[in-house]
Amino acid sequence: MKVWNTGAVLFVAASIALAGCGNKENNQAESAEAGTTAANTANTTTESADAPVDLTDAMTGYKTYGIEQCDQFIIETEKFVTAVKNGDLETAKALYAPTRMYYERIEPIAESLGDFDPNIDARENDVPDADWRGFHKIEQSLWVNNTTDGMAEVADRLFSDVQALRALMETVEVDSTMLVTGAVELLNEVSSSKVTGEEERYSHTDLYDFVANVEGAKKIYELLQPALQAKDAELEAQIGENFTAMETLLAKYKSGDGYVSYTDLTEADTKALSQALDALAEPLSQMGTILEA
Amino acid sequence: MSEQGGTQDPSDQLRKDENTRQSGGMWRKAITRRDVLKLAGIGGAGLLLGSLGTGGILQAGSAPVKREAQDLAGSGVVDFYGAHQAGIATPPQDFVCFAAFDLTVDAVAQVRKLFQQWTEAAAVMTSGGMIGSSNDNPNLPPSDTGEAAELVPSGLTITFGVGPSLFDARYGLSAKKPDTFADLPAFSGDELRPEWTGGDIGIQVCANDLQVAFHAIRNLARIARGKAVLRWTQEGFQRSSHSDKAGATPRNLMGFKDGTVNPNVHDPKTMDEVVWAQADDGVPWMAGGSYMVVRRVRIRVEVWDRSTLQDQEATFGRHRRSGAPLGSRDEFDQVDLNAKDENGNPLIPMNAHVRLARGDNSVHLLRRSYSYSSGLDRTTGQLDAGLLFISYQRDIAKQFIPVQKRLASDKLNEYIVHNGSAVFACFPGVREGGYIGDTLL
Repeated sequence: MKVWNTGAVLFVAASIALAGCGNKENNQAESAEAGTTAANTANTTTESADAPVDLTDAMTGYKTYGIEQCDQFIIETEKFVTAVKNGDLETAKALYAPTRMYYERIEPIAESLGDFDPNIDARENDVPDADWRGFHKIEQSLWVNNTTDGMAEVADRLFSDVQALRALMETVEVDSTMLVTGAVELLNEVSSSKVTGEEERYSHTDLYDFVANVEGAKKIYELLQPALQAKDAELEAQIGENFTAMETLLAKYKSGDGYVSYTDLTEADTKALSQALDALAEPLSQMGTILEA
Repeated sequence: MSEQGGTQDPSDQLRKDENTRQSGGMWRKAITRRDVLKLAGIGGAGLLLGSLGTGGILQAGSAPVKREAQDLAGSGVVDFYGAHQAGIATPPQDFVCFAAFDLTVDAVAQVRKLFQQWTEAAAVMTSGGMIGSSNDNPNLPPSDTGEAAELVPSGLTITFGVGPSLFDARYGLSAKKPDTFADLPAFSGDELRPEWTGGDIGIQVCANDLQVAFHAIRNLARIARGKAVLRWTQEGFQRSSHSDKAGATPRNLMGFKDGTVNPNVHDPKTMDEVVWAQADDGVPWMAGGSYMVVRRVRIRVEVWDRSTLQDQEATFGRHRRSGAPLGSRDEFDQVDLNAKDENGNPLIPMNAHVRLARGDNSVHLLRRSYSYSSGLDRTTGQLDAGLLFISYQRDIAKQFIPVQKRLASDKLNEYIVHNGSAVFACFPGVREGGYIGDTLL
């Protein structure tokens, strides 16, 4: 959940990034991008390193990823809301955090689609009390009041909001700027609320969100990897290394199929996670270099 | 806190130099950082303010020179390149931002790269420029964070050192560790806290504008992301040149003049004896460098404030108003430790700070301390304020440590507590084309 622009629905044509397409260098970059491994771009000439990069494949790939995550999000949300409505407190608690991960991976898209983020992911006081619904309202009931009572309507509403999000996903045109900034935004989400334990203030399942945000950012990085290789191989390698470091650190906190509670983290743990995140986000924020002409 | 040997307040010479520069008519108005770059391009950095060793030696105890020219000089450039790092012999600027870092990289090559990047950025920032080449690209975060744009360079200095922990097993540097270079031993009354202690790397940033100083630390920390993390930071201040036109010895937060005696930074012989590590000291990579001690000394402000003037003066061994040794009139009067009152008691008490700090006056070090204020101590509701003690010396084991040991019985200890400590080997200066630490890394 983050601060959203009211009603800002972005349907930005992909053509922005395609402007100037058709010249020689561009074709070269395109053919390089057709490959799926970084090695395919190793022969890219110096000229193409300075050329605008074609991000069509990356943008298409990200839309596909968003839809996949959203499809799975619907399936898991249905299980979660069913448990809530059946009064199955333990199952509902167990499903809460893993379900949310599908959303957390694709938050930048959801945020570009209007009011979905406040409806699905608002925390108490983020919105007027009367408008508060979504995951965190149920979270409060499950962990603070230790009951599913009174949550049936909220659960139904959540499910319909998630379905509506999925429907709109079809219409999304992923914009190249959204793509390069989206990865950093995902990590900024972690930095501002997850690493401080403020996101999941009742369930303390912040590390699930943390991991999912990092995974979502990594997906974008992977999609942009060929373009990044061609433009700035050193930056590409640095980001890759820092993702590995972040993942290695997060792996320490695995517990069963999930992650330990935020309350199990020491101050030193939190600091190390935060600093690893900053180390990753700094080079990641330079990915916009591929948009330079 | 204020009495270790020597005879000269370094800021006196600054004032004199400023007047010289003023009369020379070099700059009649404050200049912007951009102007400085232009000037540097035209005349070369040698024309700019802050070059050291240009003046003569003031006599001990001479009256401070008026400093009408402070605004002018405070805006200037202190050369980043040179035989010694700037920020040591440089007369103290108004503000300090100190930062200690811990390295997170695995290989010495990555440490080297970090110092190369830092060197490049430091050279640009101290000359008033903007870091990096993408400050106007809408698709990227600006390479310089921007808050110092168009500000005058403000005498910015950035001084780099490395701590004993750099020489552990990580980087294969253990054979190069100077023999006596180690974390300080525990001193009587220490209450060190981990959050203000140690560090692989220490960076002292000083400037006459806090925003300029902060900008430097912030951008160095940004460059370090993924290679080193901040371990602790501390800002500090002294009375600014604006509020003390006379340029008197600054007062610490206990209200006493602090820094009356210090080695003369303009006397190369003294500096070689007291401050600069020498080639034949056994550590070739430190020749021309200096060892820094940093101590975060909290003052028990509330306790001090309810002590009588008589107690306060007995604690320091000096008069509060004049700064003169007890029984004398002038701040720069010789300290006579043998002076007795009419009853035969020492005029300067046996446990007074001035007496213990001075000892037999055989050990000197260059002090470059600042006051600090860090808000409230939340457990007590009292002010967390005190002294960020910084000293430079040729050999910590022979200089700082014996002095600090003598202070075990200091009456001042009733009112202060050391809660942070670090030592750093500050590299020799860097030549253009080289990088900070290139003698070691």
